[in-house]
Amino acid sequence: MLKEGTKEIRQVYVDTLINLAAKDKNIVVMEADLAASIGTVKFKEKYPDQFVNCGIMEAQMVGAAAGLSLAGKRPFLHTFATFATRRPYDQIFISLGYARLGATILGSDPGVCAEHNGGTHMPFEDIALMRTIPNCTVAEPSDEYMMKALIEMSYEKGGLWYIRAQRKKAMQIYTENEKFELGKAKVVKDGKDVCIIASGICVSDALQAASLLEKKGIDAAVIDMFMIDPLDKDIILKYAKSCGQILTVENHFIVNGLGSAAAEVIAESGTGVKFKRLGVDKRYGQTGSLNFLKKEYGIDAESIAAAAEGLAK
Amino acid sequence: MDNVEVKKLEKFALEIRLNTVKSLNHLGSGHYGGSLSIVECLAVLYGKVMKIDPKNPDWEGRDYFILSKGHAGPGLYPALALLGYFELDKLMTLNKDGTTLPNHLDRMLTPGVDMSSGSLGQGISVATGVAKALKMNGSDQYVYCIVGDGEMNEGQCWEAVQFATAQDLDNLILFIDDNKKQLDGTVEEIGGKRDFAAIFATFGFDSAAVAGNDVSAIYNAITDAKKVKGKPHVIVLDTIKGQGFPYLEQKASSHHLRPNEEEKVILNNFIAKLEKELEGLNNA
Ligand SMILES: Cc1ncc(C[n+]2csc(CCOP(=O)(O)OP(=O)(O)O)c2C)c(N)n1
Ligand SMILES: [Mg+2]
Repeated sequence: MLKEGTKEIRQVYVDTLINLAAKDKNIVVMEADLAASIGTVKFKEKYPDQFVNCGIMEAQMVGAAAGLSLAGKRPFLHTFATFATRRPYDQIFISLGYARLGATILGSDPGVCAEHNGGTHMPFEDIALMRTIPNCTVAEPSDEYMMKALIEMSYEKGGLWYIRAQRKKAMQIYTENEKFELGKAKVVKDGKDVCIIASGICVSDALQAASLLEKKGIDAAVIDMFMIDPLDKDIILKYAKSCGQILTVENHFIVNGLGSAAAEVIAESGTGVKFKRLGVDKRYGQTGSLNFLKKEYGIDAESIAAAAEGLAK
Repeated sequence: MDNVEVKKLEKFALEIRLNTVKSLNHLGSGHYGGSLSIVECLAVLYGKVMKIDPKNPDWEGRDYFILSKGHAGPGLYPALALLGYFELDKLMTLNKDGTTLPNHLDRMLTPGVDMSSGSLGQGISVATGVAKALKMNGSDQYVYCIVGDGEMNEGQCWEAVQFATAQDLDNLILFIDDNKKQLDGTVEEIGGKRDFAAIFATFGFDSAAVAGNDVSAIYNAITDAKKVKGKPHVIVLDTIKGQGFPYLEQKASSHHLRPNEEEKVILNNFIAKLEKELEGLNNA
């Protein structure tokens, strides 16, 4: 049985930034009137001169981040995932991407994690938008240890990063000393009958689905594809060959997210496999509790198990 | 407006406020602050000013209302329910799984809601578009829109302002809920001090500022605005975040409330107080 992690993801974000700022005066933390929601108020108290609350001006925040970056700073931007990507997309694309300027953008509460904030706040398209930017690294942590590693990695590697993550606690998938590498997925459970590729909150549900499948005699592998770009193509092809059936699960549209990325790799490799994408299909978000929404959009453990069973048959 | 009418609108405001707090309290948490600061303005619009037909929410001849600060939906729903757009009990489904009354407005879900909103800065532009269409049609319908003072941070709002004046949208009456606070703190500390009435006048708006908790002042400002032709109108509502709920009015952080045990008692007492007040008015 999985257990819940020890720290909220937002707390990990803030603590990691505080640690980085202790070593680097060029770190700048930026908010667009959601500092209270993510907890960077604590960062502001410690490093007031390295904190900027832009107000409800997402496009301005991105533009100013590009300017800060141009002048040698390393900006970390946060707002809700909708307002971090869709709203200032052109500014991200041109002022950061095209101009080859670095920043780490955290979009919080992606997809159903937006819960009671409802449809206007529930992005199922943020990965789709960000993975089409030629030089943007796109990642989605599944637990708190990975969150810390990704924030640090974005700082060390530099460039433009988009990280989507829920604010609350995640299920614990890894232990504290786990190492994560750019573009290398994690096999969290090996298996031979069907391979479930997931990211973010869907990883723990995929693991739960794998235990449900085990009871039915189906041995499912679960891969945590925490980086959508650069994508770990090798592991997808390896499991395509060994399992022969691949199921992708994402808290996102099935269009141009993880499932599409995996499909592109498989189709171009010439490896014929049974393949299915699970995720949100041509629907908007709505208000509701996390469990209600996961079920509603068919990405809860039961739906994952049913889809995997369908493939394995 | 005579005294009887003023009393009627004040009572309507009381009922909106009571039902807003009741439904949010039933839900357990929500955007109390910004929902409460617009109650009097909503009472004037829905209780007297707007040409609408609750039996026919999509009536083509209606005046339009766009709540650009879409997180204040819990303030609007009671006004709609009290007018009969839907049953009053529906308010108790506020933002629950499968509801037709989400925290942020959705025109596809709620009868009487003219526009979906919640992504700040967008509703005001849509209001200018509706106003333009009505002008193109040569209609005398009005468009009313409430925008948050924090929301005015958004660059898009200022694009809407330029469009409204360039297009001479004198059928647009914009309200700014000047409650002095946004999410992370005061508007002054985040976006800088500003005098909305003066800025809008500079942009070419017909501009006024009134006490946002005074139904007659709001009504008179609307009547005066309609006398000015050729310019869009702004009425800056001088309000308090959490207006009419003394506990929240003085609380520094009033945007969203998830009451602790002590606050639950305060809320229940406040609801009882408003209920008593309403009973008094009903018996009078
Ligand atoms: C584009 C966008 N950015 C951020 C948010 C998150 N948010 C919701 S309400 C709010 C503060 C709004 O302040 P204000 O307009 O003053 O509203 P009020 O004081 O009336 O509640 C913020 C930042 C949002 N809904 N939309
Ligand atoms: Mg405000």
